[in-house]
Amino acid sequence: MARREITEINAGAMADIAFLLLIFFLVTTTMDTDIGILRQLPPPVPDDMEKPPEVKERNVYEVLVNSNDRLLVENEPMDIRDLKEGAKEFYTNPNNRSDLPEMRWVTRSLCVENITQLKNVIAQGGGERDDLKEKLKRWEDKLSAVELIGEYRELPTSALISLQNDRGTSYNMYIAVQNELSAAVNELRNSLSQEKFGVPYSELNPLDADDKPKILAVRAVYPQRISEAEPKDIGGN
Amino acid sequence: MSKFTGKGKKRTPGISTASLPDIIFMLLFFFMVVTVMRELDPQVKVVQPNATETEKLQKKALVDYINVGPPFDARYGTEPKIQLDDAFADVEEIPIWIKQNRDARKEAEQPLITTSLKVDKDAKMGIVTDIKQELRESNALKINYSTLQGSVYDK
Repeated sequence: MARREITEINAGAMADIAFLLLIFFLVTTTMDTDIGILRQLPPPVPDDMEKPPEVKERNVYEVLVNSNDRLLVENEPMDIRDLKEGAKEFYTNPNNRSDLPEMRWVTRSLCVENITQLKNVIAQGGGERDDLKEKLKRWEDKLSAVELIGEYRELPTSALISLQNDRGTSYNMYIAVQNELSAAVNELRNSLSQEKFGVPYSELNPLDADDKPKILAVRAVYPQRISEAEPKDIGGN
Repeated sequence: MSKFTGKGKKRTPGISTASLPDIIFMLLFFFMVVTVMRELDPQVKVVQPNATETEKLQKKALVDYINVGPPFDARYGTEPKIQLDDAFADVEEIPIWIKQNRDARKEAEQPLITTSLKVDKDAKMGIVTDIKQELRESNALKINYSTLQGSVYDK
C-alpha cells in the first residue's frame, strides 16, 4: 500500500467564514453613544422645611409651559425661538433694565474684603458653621475668577430661571425649553471663554490642570440657574 | 550577461491572498471586543426628541435606563408605559429598582450612577414628572434626558 500524500487543507474558505462572522458583529454592534441633556435633580424636601425667603420679582425669570405647549415668559406669550435671547438678556441685563436682575461688579478689593471679614467671623468662634465656610469658598472662587478674567458683572445669588410645566405638556416641548435655557448659558460661556482665553468653553478640558481654573472662572461668571417648580395640573391628562 | 536577462516574458505573479484571513480576523476581533450586545429588548416605542446642548454619557456601565413610550404590542394599550429592564412597571416600582441597581454596584461607584430617561417625544410630562419625583425620593439625582442631536425647532 502506497502512503497517500497528505494534501494541505485549503484555507481559502477561511476568509469567507471570517467575513461572515465579521458581518454579523458589524450588524449587531451598537456604536451609538448615548447623548442627552444631563441634569441634577434637587434632593427630596423634608416635610418640616421652612419656607424659602421671598425672591424679588426682578430676580426671577418665570417660564411657564401649558398643556398646549405654549410658552408664557414673564407673563408674556413667547415663541420658543425667542427664549434663548430672552434668557441671555436675563443673565446679563446689558441695558440695566429695572425689571431684570440688578448686576453687581465683582472687583478684587470686594472679594478680598469679604474674605477677610468671613475669616474673622470664623476665627471668632463661628468655625463650626457650614454656611459661613460655604460663603467663604464662594468668595474665594470669585477671587480666583477675577484674577483670571478680570472684573465682571455678577448675577445676584437669588436670581434664577423658574421653569414650570403642566402635566399635559409634551416631552418634546419640555426638552426644547430645557435645551434653549442651556443654550443661553452655553453661548454666554463660550463667548466669554473665547474672548478671554481664545478657546470656546466647550473645548476646555476639565481633566486638564490648566483648563480647570478657567472652567471654574467661566462658571462663576455665568452660573447655570434653572429651578423647576412642581408641575401644575390644569390641562388635564 | 545572459545570466541576468530573463527567459522571455515574465508573468507578474498573482498577489498572495494567504494573509487575507488574518486581516479579516483582526477586524473580527476588534468588533467582537467593542460590541456591546443590546442589554434589553425594547418593549416600548421611543422616538427621542432633538436637542443641541447635549453631552455624551460617560461610563456606560454606570448608566441605568428607564424607557417610556407607547407599547409595541397594542394589547397593552397605546398610552405611554414605563419599562424597567425587560418588563413593564409602575411608577411605584422605581425605588426598588433603583435600590437593586445600587446594590449591584461597588460602593465607591454608587454616587456616580446616572439614570437615563429615554422618553418618547409625544409622551406627556405627567408621567415623566412622576418618575422624577420617585427618583428624587430614592436619591437617584443624576439624570440624563436622552435625546438625538438636532435642532429643537423642527417638529
